Amino acid sequence: MSPLLEVEDLRIAFPSSGATSRPVDGVSFSLSKGELLAVVGESGCGKSLTSLALLRLVPPPGQILPGSAIRLGGTDVLGLNDSELRSIRGRRIGMIFQDPMTSLNPVFTVADQISESVRAHQNVSKRAARARALELLQEVGIPDPVERLDNYPHQMSGGMRQRVMIAIALASEPELLIADEPTTALDVTVQAQILELLDGLRARRGMAVLLITHDLGIVAGRADRVAVMYAGRLVEEAPTAALFARPSHPYTKGLLASVPRITGAVTRLTPIAGTVPPPTAWPAGCRFHPRCPAVLPRCATDDPPALPVGPHHQMRCWLAEAGQA
Amino acid sequence: MSGPLLEVRDLVKHYKATGFLARKAPPVRAVDGVSFSVGKGETLGLVGESGCGKSTVGRTILRLQDATAGSVSFDGSDFLALDSATLRQARRKLQIIFQDPYSSLNPRMTVGDAIAEGIEIHRLAPRAEIAGRVAQLLEEVGLDPGYATRYPHEFSGGQRQRIGIARALAVEPAFIVCDEPVSALDVSVQAQVLNLLADLQARRGISYLFIAHDLAVVRQIAHRVAVMYLGRIVETGPTEEVLAHPAHPYTKALLSAVPVPDPDTQRLRIVLPGDPPSPSNPPSGCAFHPRCPHPAKDARCTTERPLLHQLGGIEVACHHAGADS
Repeated sequence: MSPLLEVEDLRIAFPSSGATSRPVDGVSFSLSKGELLAVVGESGCGKSLTSLALLRLVPPPGQILPGSAIRLGGTDVLGLNDSELRSIRGRRIGMIFQDPMTSLNPVFTVADQISESVRAHQNVSKRAARARALELLQEVGIPDPVERLDNYPHQMSGGMRQRVMIAIALASEPELLIADEPTTALDVTVQAQILELLDGLRARRGMAVLLITHDLGIVAGRADRVAVMYAGRLVEEAPTAALFARPSHPYTKGLLASVPRITGAVTRLTPIAGTVPPPTAWPAGCRFHPRCPAVLPRCATDDPPALPVGPHHQMRCWLAEAGQA
Repeated sequence: MSGPLLEVRDLVKHYKATGFLARKAPPVRAVDGVSFSVGKGETLGLVGESGCGKSTVGRTILRLQDATAGSVSFDGSDFLALDSATLRQARRKLQIIFQDPYSSLNPRMTVGDAIAEGIEIHRLAPRAEIAGRVAQLLEEVGLDPGYATRYPHEFSGGQRQRIGIARALAVEPAFIVCDEPVSALDVSVQAQVLNLLADLQARRGISYLFIAHDLAVVRQIAHRVAVMYLGRIVETGPTEEVLAHPAHPYTKALLSAVPVPDPDTQRLRIVLPGDPPSPSNPPSGCAFHPRCPHPAKDARCTTERPLLHQLGGIEVACHHAGADS
């Protein structure tokens, strides 16, 4: 089966009077129907921009550079005109963001906002759209959905608002849901509810999910595959179990060593030395080499390609070639 | 050790509603009778979800807000009763660092001036020695002393948090309230700051009240932990004991919701229903009862408020703690 989404050599540039920045610089991945791929990385690695590019929502003056390719079920997303794009945005690809309050309109009720989404994609009456809105609220697990229909966003908690956002995204029955840090602003007990919900929806609807997150913890046990992003590139990609069993890229290892654990002996954390470089000045060679504890002489000059580490497991690091991963 | 450095007894902070319908609205019971102590060189972790009152506790102790009732004794003296001149002197010993150091640093003041401000106000060093003191402090928090002439916007989040810490250290405090100091930071940087805080404590014998929502972070740094729910402490004790054998159903749920970056950890996932209730209208009896999954939950939970009582090495406020498992 061919994948639902294919991204090939995605590059995004922000031209400026000074140095041009390349926050996303050669990202390739694919996503199958019903699959959950997590893209994990720290602030500034380009993970959110990558997800915005899938909908052609890169904010100006950012540009997707020629040579990049994004295909959704055979459609060339980068070749679409504006009206064709509307058939993708919010229809075949739904999206939810970190802060639902800024994405919801404060002066309309929940019913209005979900119905709007329903009617944008299906030619149905207002009454039918409202009935559909009620069904969707039930599906995303909002208690007392009948009363909640006429609530305004400010009358709801953060977790409920995120559920409403998910309901709006589901209204068009998307094939792919992009969830950009969907639980970062929520309390842990509510985060658990939203993650369960997303997992359930994917299983029930066969919808693919692209989960963008900084938290390796929410990825374990949920994602099918994980891609770790650093400095505009995917540096390691593997099935989730393989990634946690055998983290191979020094950056992935560094991330895992930085996370405080809830079980086992408490030992001093091992942070990654230094800071993330700015996208205007990616280091030459391997972009992680100035911070890498396992750096080799060639890393400063030669940029490693994606090299195999195991079945469906690859990383951009010369250690893979040396068999030392 | 001769008694705790900080002792908080029955601290209460209620906010009266203001405005048009104020007389009808009940007060928001942000902190509703909280007691704890912190010894010299000790860290107490205060954990809870948004709105549980943990930050209000920190601010009320420092008298950044006036307490409604209760007492705070610091180093033997009644801190809440001090007049404003004595308070200014005493405040030197109690400092606070915030989640977002950017909003607490003056953007027009160089980093050096910001750090020097406290030294000047409290006349802790002759004018000629201040620059040297600032350079020492920057070095102590792991920053280049040359940064003293730069402005806050030139720094990353982790560096700003180090500046915030240097600024707090400048007045040689005995006690620092750390209000979610690493929540806004990337994991690799978060580990750096946690290690720094631990080093400073080892070197200077400072006590911390470490306010956080993340149990794994608290486990990394706190000797003892207090779990808050809706303005009250529901469980407290030595960190390892509370996290290894949580007795309160809320602590159990909170612990089970912590994302763990290890897919092999098969944990019981307790997904709590609903959201934390509003502190202006807390549920009767045990405030946790509407969300409580405890099998022995009964009518008593809805009518009678459980008080903290000793159970092994910890204290817990639950009628049925210890009755299960």
